[in-house]
Amino acid sequence: MNAKTNSRLEKILVAGHKAVTSECGPPRGGDPSHIEEKANLIRNHVDAINITDNQTSVTRMCSLAVCIRLKLMGLEPVLQMVTRDRNRIALQSDILGAASYGISNILCLSGDHQSFGDCPTGQNVHDLDSMQLLQTVRLMCDEGKFLGGGDIDSPPKMFSGAAANPFADPYKIRVPRLAKKVACGAQFIQTQCIYNVEKFIDWMGKVCDRGLHEKVFILAGVTPLKSAGMARYMKNRVPGMDVPDDVVKRMAGVPKENQPQEGIDICVETIERLKEVKGISGFHIMAIEWEEKVPEIVERAGLYPRPQVS
Amino acid sequence: MIVGKQKPIDDIWEMISGYQKILVFGCNTCVAVCHQGGNKEAEILASLLRMRATQEGADIQIKDGGIERQCEHEFFESAKGSIQWADAVLSLACGVGVQFIAGKYPAKVALPGLDTLFMGDVQAPGLLTESCQGCGKCILHLTAGICPISRCAKRIMNGPCGGSTKGKCEINKELDCAWQLILDRLEALGRLDEYERVIPVKDWSTERAGGPRKLVMDKEAS
Repeated sequence: MNAKTNSRLEKILVAGHKAVTSECGPPRGGDPSHIEEKANLIRNHVDAINITDNQTSVTRMCSLAVCIRLKLMGLEPVLQMVTRDRNRIALQSDILGAASYGISNILCLSGDHQSFGDCPTGQNVHDLDSMQLLQTVRLMCDEGKFLGGGDIDSPPKMFSGAAANPFADPYKIRVPRLAKKVACGAQFIQTQCIYNVEKFIDWMGKVCDRGLHEKVFILAGVTPLKSAGMARYMKNRVPGMDVPDDVVKRMAGVPKENQPQEGIDICVETIERLKEVKGISGFHIMAIEWEEKVPEIVERAGLYPRPQVS
Repeated sequence: MIVGKQKPIDDIWEMISGYQKILVFGCNTCVAVCHQGGNKEAEILASLLRMRATQEGADIQIKDGGIERQCEHEFFESAKGSIQWADAVLSLACGVGVQFIAGKYPAKVALPGLDTLFMGDVQAPGLLTESCQGCGKCILHLTAGICPISRCAKRIMNGPCGGSTKGKCEINKELDCAWQLILDRLEALGRLDEYERVIPVKDWSTERAGGPRKLVMDKEAS
């Protein structure tokens, strides 16, 4: 299999390396220096950096602008796009704008509901859903067509991804749902943060039984816990998150000042365990406002140095 | 049916201030079922407003009345006199009825006494829930008879999203996840494999997005 785009992420995955991605959240203001600093902290330890799109529905600097900045810094961005805020005209237009800057990775999401964010009285769009956005990306790239049927002069070349949450309900459709995303054109998957490793391994087994791991690159998502409080918050408050009691207990079982290190240890152990699991093509390390710890995690997990691809 | 909720009395009072002759006007079909805008509710609201007028010493006359439906010409005959009498008609119909009065009586002020909420059903006495948004192109045959457009907070056509937890929506633990309901029903019908059919990009031109809609019936049918 050969890479079909200029995406470094795709090239690394196609070459059979375990890929490493991470994410950075744009700022709540017009100064780009902080996100540039965050990206520079991890630039040598990851293959690509996701830029979130108004995550948790809080208004921020736009994902596309930050992706362009990263690209100009010589980094590899993954443009996250949610269907909550833009209709099909805006989404297609942004895809072309991204292509014009050589951005080659796109992650198609529906986005958190706006009631969680800073504009709960706002309208949501959802002209398309995440699967339909995937179909749109593939239509534009593979057939050179707009949704309206017109031809694209110079079609974009995008490596298209989607999210998967093996821990959301109902569990019985978690594998069929992945199959559906693959059918819609997902070429890579970044999963929800994994704390319940057993459940994730069970899901991966079922994914492999259906042969889906041969059709899509699956990057296992991990987030280091900073404290026992964060573990409890994620367990009880974040929809679709599965933090088992033993993880909360382990975090709570060490003195507060040692909890960040314990969280890093758990994260590294999770990656090491999952490296051996069939069907996993890489890791997506979401260190929320804790980017400086990504190099340590990558190095301790034996994922450094990163492979070079041309 | 169309479901509405009476506006707060303070808002109504403010709205009618400045008019001398007010007709509080019920609509005895949809909004009577939810006990918000029927002829009985018009009578009660008119009494409350008269009490308020007395308390505040306002120079205002308030009558009440009502008809079966405020969205069709033929029902208005019986109310002709009281509408002629009024300066302003405080309609307790849905937004359709308020606009119908405004269009039918250009010299009268039509005021909304209700907030029109949704098209819904009576799940249990006192519990009405939204179940249709009139998108103009029904997909219920693809979704096990449960509408994700009106019942999913993100109107996701290929759900559920990652926020579905224990059968409930991420925005509210009291709210059923529409896609959980769809899946449960598909399973009960022995048709869970249909879940993997992708629902294609929707044509929203039949919905509000396409501009105000109109249905013209041929003469024989009407």
